[in-house]
Amino acid sequence: MARTLYDKLWDSHVVRQEEDGTCLLYIDRHLVHEVTSPQAFEGLRLAGRRAWRSNSVVAVPDHNTPTNHWDRGIEDPISKTQVETLDANIKEFGSLIYFPFKHANQGIIHVIAPENGATLPGMTVVCGDSHTATHGAFGALAHGIGTSEVEHVLATQTLVQKKSKAMLVKVEGTLGVGVTAKDVALAIIGKIGTAGGTGYCIEFAGPVIRALSMEGRMTVCNLAIEAGARAGIIGVDDTTVAYLQGRTHAPQGAQWEAAVEYWKTLHSDEGATFDAVVELQAADIEPQVTWGTSPEQVLAVGGRVPNPANETDPVRRASYERALQYMGLTADMPITDIAIDKVFIGSCTNSRIEDMRAAAAVAKGRKVSPSVKLALVVPGSGIVKRQAEAEGLDKIFIEAGFEWREPGCSMCLAMNADRLSPGERCASTSNRNFEGRQGPGGRTHLVSPAMAAAAAIAGHFVDIRSVAN
Amino acid sequence: MKPFTRLNGLVCPLDRANVDTDAIIPKQFLKSIKRSGFGPYLFDEWRYTNYGEPGMDCTNRPKNAGFVLNQARYQGASVLIARDNFGCGSSREHAPWAIEDYGFRVLIAPSFADIFFNNSYKNGLLPIVAPAETVDRLFKECEATEGYALDVDLEAQTVTTPTGFSFGFDITPHRKHCLLNGLDDIGLTLAHADEIRDFETRHKAAQPWLFSA
Ligand code: SF4
Repeated sequence: MARTLYDKLWDSHVVRQEEDGTCLLYIDRHLVHEVTSPQAFEGLRLAGRRAWRSNSVVAVPDHNTPTNHWDRGIEDPISKTQVETLDANIKEFGSLIYFPFKHANQGIIHVIAPENGATLPGMTVVCGDSHTATHGAFGALAHGIGTSEVEHVLATQTLVQKKSKAMLVKVEGTLGVGVTAKDVALAIIGKIGTAGGTGYCIEFAGPVIRALSMEGRMTVCNLAIEAGARAGIIGVDDTTVAYLQGRTHAPQGAQWEAAVEYWKTLHSDEGATFDAVVELQAADIEPQVTWGTSPEQVLAVGGRVPNPANETDPVRRASYERALQYMGLTADMPITDIAIDKVFIGSCTNSRIEDMRAAAAVAKGRKVSPSVKLALVVPGSGIVKRQAEAEGLDKIFIEAGFEWREPGCSMCLAMNADRLSPGERCASTSNRNFEGRQGPGGRTHLVSPAMAAAAAIAGHFVDIRSVAN
Repeated sequence: MKPFTRLNGLVCPLDRANVDTDAIIPKQFLKSIKRSGFGPYLFDEWRYTNYGEPGMDCTNRPKNAGFVLNQARYQGASVLIARDNFGCGSSREHAPWAIEDYGFRVLIAPSFADIFFNNSYKNGLLPIVAPAETVDRLFKECEATEGYALDVDLEAQTVTTPTGFSFGFDITPHRKHCLLNGLDDIGLTLAHADEIRDFETRHKAAQPWLFSA
């Protein structure tokens, strides 16, 4: 029978199945960061349990680490304790890879695992972090889990799971100039809504997805969770294989050959059926900007902020009103009239080398608007940072008036010192525009790296397609 | 984990859709390395008018009088009703920890975000998915009736209102069993350790590269 990629990944990891369909799923890769793991390790310790297979663990502190003045260490004592707790737990329980704070390869967990070849096709990947969906770009079944599940995976190498339904999201055609993976993902969320993918594993397919680089595919899968899906996946092709070749933890020699042969089977079979199919046309996708406090509240840059009065559904009208009020916007105003205070280019959604290049291409030879108080560029990892510096991108940013920082999650969730003040408005390449996400009272607009850089220069949103390169 | 069998509990209505886990427990509280003590900070940014910090004593913090959790009639509530997509966003288990620590045991909404839904069961919470019209009815009745309480019976899988209106809900037998008996998943899974080891051996033979250091 023709199987979906999801079926293949699922079937190859079922250890046992209960009558009601609940399965025990074997986990190949366990990604760990400092925020969601301390209580899990503590649980193991209290129960006198060891890690089942410590070389499945890849760990890094990323959420709490500062992005500047590394010489001063971590100044917030509570953050410092959390990071030190991870150091101690990894020392006690073991890992395949651990990049402690200030390690040359440290960075955001979802950036470092792929770039070190620790995310491979055909794997099951989990992390106590919702953006684990990112790793699905490699034809891996990857999803976020809670801390109890982190403990469960550490102790048993398995997860208790019920199979989701399968959704196919096909993006047809060719993307226009200035339209990126981020815009595709936001357009998909705009179309199906933040709960549209709930209960599904989404497979992204079609010529647009095929044409994306691995970096772009990671951006798309990263945002699957914002569409409500626990996992987003993309079938393996030459792009996937080429990306992995030669990476530190990717297989070598004869094993590489065998692996590639297997990986090439990791795509949905011709004629496989999905529980839901959604199609988008690339020609309809324009650069996107979120206007509200949920990623589904998104518009093309040429649009106008919606008017709640036009909404017939009372729940939706109320949430629009609330969003407009929180965001300090007026109904019907053009998106391009929205002035910004800060810019953040970074996060596991958009902090890879390609994102840095896209933003730098816009920043080159231009200046950040004097009305913008802070424009931050935070590379996703030490490796991204060094690559960008080798290409001279850091100089382009600095000359334009951006700050070039050390890697980490930074202002994506503002657990470290990088944050918005109440009422401040930010053009951000991150993934969540929830109330207070980037600092209490802060207002977030999600955009692509090029759109964020263009907004930094103009001081308000602009259509990247009108900015000559 | 605390077992859950049956509860007759006061209802607190949170009339919002897409309540995200950042709203349930803001990120500054995630710095804790403990599992308890999050209740006072549940919905911190909505509940208080000043900025909450981990470890803060909340007794004298200025409260937002309009927020449901601060209203006298909802004190002591153990059932929370909300609109669509409750618990979306970050996977933080601190969200169900905070909800449970505050005193809620049952959550009723038309839909829940997946990870949150799953995390709830691991912490003795019972999230119930009910049709939007039913939830709407609960909101209206709750609004109209001071002291509105629901009877939630996990064994029978039913929710009954004070007027006797009753509806059923779904739960997997595995989750029901764990919740009724307060069982921790790890112990149950380790009973199958041999099967896990057998699987691992086969898996390693098929894809040795997954196991290389
Ligand atoms: S960059 Fe943001 S979304 Fe990604 S892991 Fe860090 S905090 Fe989470």
